[in-house]
Amino acid sequence: MFLIDCPWCGPRQQTEFHCQGEAHIARPKDPDALSDEEWANYVFNRTNPKGVHFERWVHNHGCRRWFNVARDTVTDRILAIYRMGEKRPKVKS
Amino acid sequence: MAKSTQAAAHSPLANRIGPDGNPVALTERAHLGKINLRGDAGDKAFLDGVARAAGVAPPVKANTVATAGTTAILWLGPDEWLVVTPAGGQGAMESSLTTALAGQHVSIVDVTDARTTIRISGPRARDTVAKACPLDLHPREFAAGQCAQTLLAKTDVLIHQVGDTPAYDLYVLCSFSRYLWDWLADSAKEFA
Ligand SMILES: [Zn+2]
Repeated sequence: MFLIDCPWCGPRQQTEFHCQGEAHIARPKDPDALSDEEWANYVFNRTNPKGVHFERWVHNHGCRRWFNVARDTVTDRILAIYRMGEKRPKVKS
Repeated sequence: MAKSTQAAAHSPLANRIGPDGNPVALTERAHLGKINLRGDAGDKAFLDGVARAAGVAPPVKANTVATAGTTAILWLGPDEWLVVTPAGGQGAMESSLTTALAGQHVSIVDVTDARTTIRISGPRARDTVAKACPLDLHPREFAAGQCAQTLLAKTDVLIHQVGDTPAYDLYVLCSFSRYLWDWLADSAKEFA
């Protein structure tokens, strides 16, 4: 069983959560000013690293709150959990 | 208005008869009043206002329940609660909360008919639920006065432990309630 430590509820089973993709992607301030390539980059292109990945998770069958997770995509190990609005922490895989 | 909706209220579990006691009992607590409440847990005016209206302040500690008489306030999130009243009490609770919290940035929504409540109790109630619930229900981790939103037999439930027997109140969407009731009755069979 894979446990995820919800910042509010504590450790809960993975099935209660959903991963909602890469974190810290800022929406462009003025989308109209973007080229098609820049817009496509914002909408579709992700870093997809082998190693530490910063991503958004939601405890959707629990308290339904969003938070950030730093996860090693090689080992699936969760390296850090931090709240929305907080800066990404320094972590080593 | 409250009268006519009460007269029309129909429980999806109206014809279900469950195991009746030893070692597991299933009963429906039909039509309990339920108000979804949102506000700032860090704001004293909000906590005091709710306490005036409901008789008790909303619990700030995650996954706990505060009770006063027949009213219970269940923690749903850091700024969200479920206020539970006896059947038919939701209208009065909604107005007292609205009055007590007037002018504040809050949300008060009557969600009475979205879910129904299954009470499961008896010496094997914990084992019956634990078979398909990822929560650790051992009394060391989950005891009377605690609540949690989780999955039970693949269905979203809000589970509130109401007694040490143990007894749990399971809040489940009405449309899933027959499935969950039947699943629980089946799960309890091996203990009969
Ligand atoms: Zn949670």
